Amino acid sequence: MEYNGGSVVAMIGKDCVAIASDLRLGQQSVGVAMNFEKVFPVNDKLYYGLPGLATDVYTLREQLRFRVNMYRMKEEREITPKTFTHLLSSTLYEKRFGPYFLEPVVAGLTTPTELEPKPKPFISTMDTIGCITTPKDFAVAGTAQDKLYGMAEGLWEPDLEPEDLFETISQTLLNAVDRDALSGWGAIVHVITHDKVITRQLRSRMD
Amino acid sequence: MALFDQRPAYAHEPTVAPIEHRFSPYSDNGGTILAIAGADFAVIAGDTRQSEGYSIQTRYARKVWQLTDNATLATNGFAADGKNFVKRVKQRLEWYEHAHHKPMGLKAIARMIQTMLYGRRFFPYYVYNILGGIEEDGTGAVYSFDPVGSYEREACRAAGAAQSLVQPFLDNQIYFKNQTPAPGAEAFVPGRLPMATVLGLVVDSFTSATERHIEVGDGLEMYVVMKEGRQTTDLTDEGQLPAGMKVEELGSMGEGRGEKTFLVSMPLKRD
Amino acid sequence: MPVEGPSIGFDFSNYARNQFLGERMNGLPRATSTGTTIVGLKFGGGDTGEEEGICLGADTRATGGPIVADKNCEKIHYLAPHMRCCGAGTAADTEFVTNLISSNLELHAYSQGRPARVVTAMTMLKQYLFRYQGQVGAYLVLGGVDSTGAHLFTIHAHGSTDKLPYVTMGSGSMAAMAVFESSFKQHMTRKDAIDLVARAIRSGIFNDLGSGSNVDVSVITKNGTEMMRNYETPNERGIKSRNYKFRRGTTAWTKESIRSLIVSEEVKMTTGAGKTQDGVLDVPVPIGKGPGGEEGMDVDA
Repeated sequence: MEYNGGSVVAMIGKDCVAIASDLRLGQQSVGVAMNFEKVFPVNDKLYYGLPGLATDVYTLREQLRFRVNMYRMKEEREITPKTFTHLLSSTLYEKRFGPYFLEPVVAGLTTPTELEPKPKPFISTMDTIGCITTPKDFAVAGTAQDKLYGMAEGLWEPDLEPEDLFETISQTLLNAVDRDALSGWGAIVHVITHDKVITRQLRSRMD
Repeated sequence: MALFDQRPAYAHEPTVAPIEHRFSPYSDNGGTILAIAGADFAVIAGDTRQSEGYSIQTRYARKVWQLTDNATLATNGFAADGKNFVKRVKQRLEWYEHAHHKPMGLKAIARMIQTMLYGRRFFPYYVYNILGGIEEDGTGAVYSFDPVGSYEREACRAAGAAQSLVQPFLDNQIYFKNQTPAPGAEAFVPGRLPMATVLGLVVDSFTSATERHIEVGDGLEMYVVMKEGRQTTDLTDEGQLPAGMKVEELGSMGEGRGEKTFLVSMPLKRD
Repeated sequence: MPVEGPSIGFDFSNYARNQFLGERMNGLPRATSTGTTIVGLKFGGGDTGEEEGICLGADTRATGGPIVADKNCEKIHYLAPHMRCCGAGTAADTEFVTNLISSNLELHAYSQGRPARVVTAMTMLKQYLFRYQGQVGAYLVLGGVDSTGAHLFTIHAHGSTDKLPYVTMGSGSMAAMAVFESSFKQHMTRKDAIDLVARAIRSGIFNDLGSGSNVDVSVITKNGTEMMRNYETPNERGIKSRNYKFRRGTTAWTKESIRSLIVSEEVKMTTGAGKTQDGVLDVPVPIGKGPGGEEGMDVDA
């Protein structure tokens, strides 16, 4: 966890979700790169973040790409955030006694179907061995976890519009990573709504 | 074939170490403290839970102590050390008053605390101290210390179990970190927030910490030190305090210059 | 070594690497644990005429070290229609072990043509846990009603089991057991049983730092199972004293990209195979001027 550093946060808003990560890649206390994104898309309205050991970020991302593509071909439909969370969870638990050092965060919107005409915005997070939590407000993970909890618990409020959610999640992340030696060096925020995904790069302290 | 003789790493037998019996002189009693300085006041706050491991020792243990009319000290860490340290600080303050016929100033108390802490450099008081009050020039001030006496004057500081939760929140709300002012508006200046805002932030910091940290809760005590000339009504007036607060004016402790100290308390969640 | 690894069971391929990493860095990451209060008791039966059943209870806090990871998690897991299982210990293990045994119980019920018994579930759980020598950190309270009556068990991670009329587990077990020891009576009514279970859980919530938030209760009798999720919510967060909504534009950003998810189609009039051809004049016909007047008309018809 503390080897490469990095943090991810996700938040629920009114008919939207946001997910953000810092951009630092380090080797212990030495900063190595400032363009290491930890949030990846699964499909149009589903993103996930993988803070933790960088080597496992690549391994798990490829593993998930494979499994999601298999799902897409077998089912002939896009995977929902909830199903993806369970897929991720089982993938992690398979390695119960030699886990990936990652604490994933998932954020997405479910496309309305006949069975579920009014789906709620979805976020979830898990520990390194796949224990799922699906909060109604925010999910945090990474080396700045404690700081993110403090910030988010103070700043978050329900039913934020996409633009307000952007401000809240950005302030939460920036102020948390500024107090964490292993996270920071810039940040990236994705706000997912039903008709667009807004991605913005943020600058932050470089120490 | 050496390769086959090697057993896989996970088959290593657990190492059996000889059992050591040793006296451990320290313990961690949880809880969190925080102080914020205003232009002519200071708020020094702490929760009242004292715990060890997963057990609550008491739901009401004081962590914030009024030292003089213009100085209040918050201690956090190992409760026994904290209590004893405050006792000795108070004793030194009394000696000072007898010797000089005036109470010690805030800046001098801060320096004295440093020497007292560093005096125990190799068997430290396991305590994080935050000193708040009114400086001799009438400004609100906060001094924060590490266990061996390194200290600094600041506008705000959190310490203790939930320091990592509260400090970034204060950076954002007190120092306005990462916030850009509206176009045309003047730049943010820290340390000039009105008292009502500061008290609101303290309360929200502690309710948030209570939600997410298991060692924080039960009760909140905020000591408000106000410069001479400020009125009691500055605190008790409508809209100054969040709902559900109990306010108590603490009597003068000696020949101060008329600074007032109030104890504002409220309950926190008990789970 | 196949790319996908073995298809069943645990995969130890990262173990050696992690052990090495653990030695070089400051320890291995900790899993979410349910520092928990879970309880169960048997009620009814005897000569009282009161229906025999099991009442289970749990708090809803999940912790990672001293931090609350989940304020309202579910610790009463489904095993079968007439069986529930409370889990303490490593959260992921309790979740996956109960899911696995739940599946196997369903298959067992199909193959035997009758609902599985509580002892069967208990045996499957203990045999699974024993095989992993306590490494699968699930501490369980199992309760259910079957053709042989109401049964209540505790199962420890190493595989040992107990059959008792009232049980508690988790970090709040002492606080909860204190309540049971002082107030448990044989053959209680359903209502008294629920009250006692809720009181035991509350005792854990308030006196044990590892437990907190809400009380979940489940009652199982031969007439069915009732799951009372958030039976009591004694720890709601009050309203904040300040409003933390930021002015839009507070956060400065350097780069923006917007991906539109609206699929739009634009029809362009072209000539020939979409190319302007020499010598052929492109004459667009405005609506209203062509055949069919204002409404327009399908010229191909």
